[in-house]
Amino acid sequence: MRGARSAKWVAIAAVVALGATACGGGDGDSKGDSKAAIDPNGTFTVESGEPQNPLQPANTMESYGSIVINSLFTGLVDYDDSGKIVYMNAESVDTKDSKTYTVKLKAGWKFHDGTPVTAESYVKAWNWAANPDNKQTNSFWFSDIKGYDAVAPAKGKPTATELSGLKVVDDNTFTIELSKAIPYYVYKLGYQVFSPLPESFYKDPKAAGEKPVGNGPYQFVSWDHKKAITVKKFAGYKGSNAAKNGGVVFKNYSTPETAYADLKSGNLDVITQVAPKDLPVYKQDLGDRAVDQAYSAIQTIAPAFYTKQWKDIDPKVLQGLSMAIDRDTITKTVLQGTREPATGWVAKGVLGYQPNVAGDVTKYDPTKAKQLIKEGGGVPGNAITIQYNTDGGHKEWVEAVCNSITNATGVKCSTDPKADFQADLQARDAHEVKSMYRSGWVLDFPMNANFIRDLFGTKSDGNQSGFSNKTIDDEIAAADSATTLDESVKKYQEIEKQLPNYMPSIPLWYYKVNAGYSEKVSGVKFGQDGDPILTGVQVKK
Amino acid sequence: MGRYVARRLLQMIPVFFGTTLLIFLMVYALPGDPVRGLFGDKGGSPQVIAALRHQYGLDQPILVQYWDYMKGIILHADFGTQVASGRPVTDVLGDAFPVTLRLGGFAFVIEVIFGIGLGVFAGLRAGRAADTGVLLFTLLLISVPVFVLGFILQWIFADELKWLEPNVNDPSNYGELLMPAIVLATASLAYVSRLTRTSIAENMRADYVRTAIAKGLPRRRVVGVHLMRNSLIPVVTYLGTDIGALLGGAVVTEGIFNIQGIGGTIYQSIVRREGTTLVGLVTILVLVYLVASLLVDLLYAVLDPRIRYA
Repeated sequence: MRGARSAKWVAIAAVVALGATACGGGDGDSKGDSKAAIDPNGTFTVESGEPQNPLQPANTMESYGSIVINSLFTGLVDYDDSGKIVYMNAESVDTKDSKTYTVKLKAGWKFHDGTPVTAESYVKAWNWAANPDNKQTNSFWFSDIKGYDAVAPAKGKPTATELSGLKVVDDNTFTIELSKAIPYYVYKLGYQVFSPLPESFYKDPKAAGEKPVGNGPYQFVSWDHKKAITVKKFAGYKGSNAAKNGGVVFKNYSTPETAYADLKSGNLDVITQVAPKDLPVYKQDLGDRAVDQAYSAIQTIAPAFYTKQWKDIDPKVLQGLSMAIDRDTITKTVLQGTREPATGWVAKGVLGYQPNVAGDVTKYDPTKAKQLIKEGGGVPGNAITIQYNTDGGHKEWVEAVCNSITNATGVKCSTDPKADFQADLQARDAHEVKSMYRSGWVLDFPMNANFIRDLFGTKSDGNQSGFSNKTIDDEIAAADSATTLDESVKKYQEIEKQLPNYMPSIPLWYYKVNAGYSEKVSGVKFGQDGDPILTGVQVKK
Repeated sequence: MGRYVARRLLQMIPVFFGTTLLIFLMVYALPGDPVRGLFGDKGGSPQVIAALRHQYGLDQPILVQYWDYMKGIILHADFGTQVASGRPVTDVLGDAFPVTLRLGGFAFVIEVIFGIGLGVFAGLRAGRAADTGVLLFTLLLISVPVFVLGFILQWIFADELKWLEPNVNDPSNYGELLMPAIVLATASLAYVSRLTRTSIAENMRADYVRTAIAKGLPRRRVVGVHLMRNSLIPVVTYLGTDIGALLGGAVVTEGIFNIQGIGGTIYQSIVRREGTTLVGLVTILVLVYLVASLLVDLLYAVLDPRIRYA
């Protein structure tokens, strides 16, 4: 007995000793997916977490809630992977002046409770969500529609409960009148906040947030709080993206490490992110079941333009700082290849994306960096700080960026860590950032306007840096009043080409999806928002 | 005895109010706002933020908020609502507590059995090789960080040997809870065994032990009754406070094994500035600590007849 026991310990010790040489096993030869029999009613599990808010379409902002809402609701339009519009519940969305849009619905669509999806389902839902009394976190998305100021005035009491710009014409037609022309409004309509709601929702919105009834490819089954959310295929779905599987279980994982462990042991089918700890080995472990692709999000450093330091800065100084950052090396080493050096302000996979738009500004060149900073009159105080939140895994790269700047130009650079995202946001909102801060943007809709107008317009919601420039504002206004979508995209491309002369922020890199899936599933693809496309996943028998 | 217990129970009231108020003020003092945090990078409409802040009473002065909150708890056991999910805090607690109780209880049992066992084993052999071995082993357990131990065990037993599941998918399954319970118990186990060992080694030379041996009592009885009872006083003290730590401090362990328990909920509430959820959790933990320390004090009298509570 004693002998046996010590033998086991020796075995364990040997295993520990071998640990130094990572054993990447895994069956990397699971080709021939097409030959495996597919079970159209098979269900699979996806790594997720507890949604932050109740499951109401206009109340969901973070990814755990979004992925579920997207499976339960289908809106008017969606996008394909090149950022082009695909009509879903809408037959057509037409406009003559980019100010009044006429939406025609495809007939015969039903909610999961069997009631028909009509124009009223949309109009009523949007009115409900825009009303501040209903406390929907995404309500400002309706602010482009005429009458929003009466429903949700910045000051004083509301004078209306319905948006005057929304009119139901007949069962399958309604019109949207905007307060001013936006040629790409149809792009905005793809966002889940514009989902329709069934009549049953209004009886008890709170209960509907716990047991949502939608019109999407999946219908809701159960929500076991902090453990899992289950949805199953909706048999009566009429959309082009009907589910190729029987249903999805969104399993709650507290950390990406635990999800990865479960993926390897066969308890989980799709992970949405690989933890830093597993990045070096995941491609070995998973073989061709590892996913590594770009998605439409960008990381930047923004100068706080309201500070004395940057108030009247010559953009040349910022160009210099930008050229002092060795993006290639940092993304390869510190970030382990999970990011791709950015060459502009608009992320990949977005309509109007232009490669290398920033020219030399995003290329590493210490000599030129020094020269530009000198030409621009130097960095005030010859020192900068970069604020970031320590709970998001940013520490390493922020320090690397700082070292890169200091080594290249001699400008002192230190980090200004905030304990968590909350504290970081507070400082940004209160305009208390000392010098610069980490900023990021994930697409709302795949068009370049979203990355320019919503960040750098003086009055934009996403503008937290205090950047304000009359020329840019005028050009944005011009691009917004273009008559066609293509023209608007072109004008925004022009604006992006000029951004190096203003440097509203320093682009760093684009995000990538690093994920993977189990041997039980095939056809796993990821969309531009970084989420897996659930309906296309096929489960093997 | 009865009067002593009553007096202790009365003392709990100011302690309870003091701790909850302190936690409330601490959360309030942190920069950040739970409502604003819902909107992340993108900023939200000021009207909605104001409406939400009003709904949760965050626009009131802090002491008024505390007063309302306490009134809710005491009058109708209402711990308020979680800002993000809009769920009652009692639901959130009801989800998290059973899991943590199971895990903590399991860890506690492991800790008591193995900790005291190792301690007695070493204490009776004080100064010999076996004793040094136990001391070295426990020193190792104390010095290895929890997350290192957790990942190593997970990797050996789940990834390589495939004996156990890597994560807890079904929190009512004790087989799945075994690994996290061991990880959670190790550090405390080491302390327990060291305390027991020292205490036993000291009391081995005490007069009453010599008397017991001289009376010709069997060794089992000398060690099991006379020696153990007196030696366990410091150990019981430590175990009492450890109950609270096991319930509230399992953040890292719960994270590694994907257990949705109290530790993780506390961590999340702090990060999201969810004052109400946090105070609800801490209130219950404070009660656990208070009750545990009362039990420990009463156990003294059981263990050592020289201690009496009038």
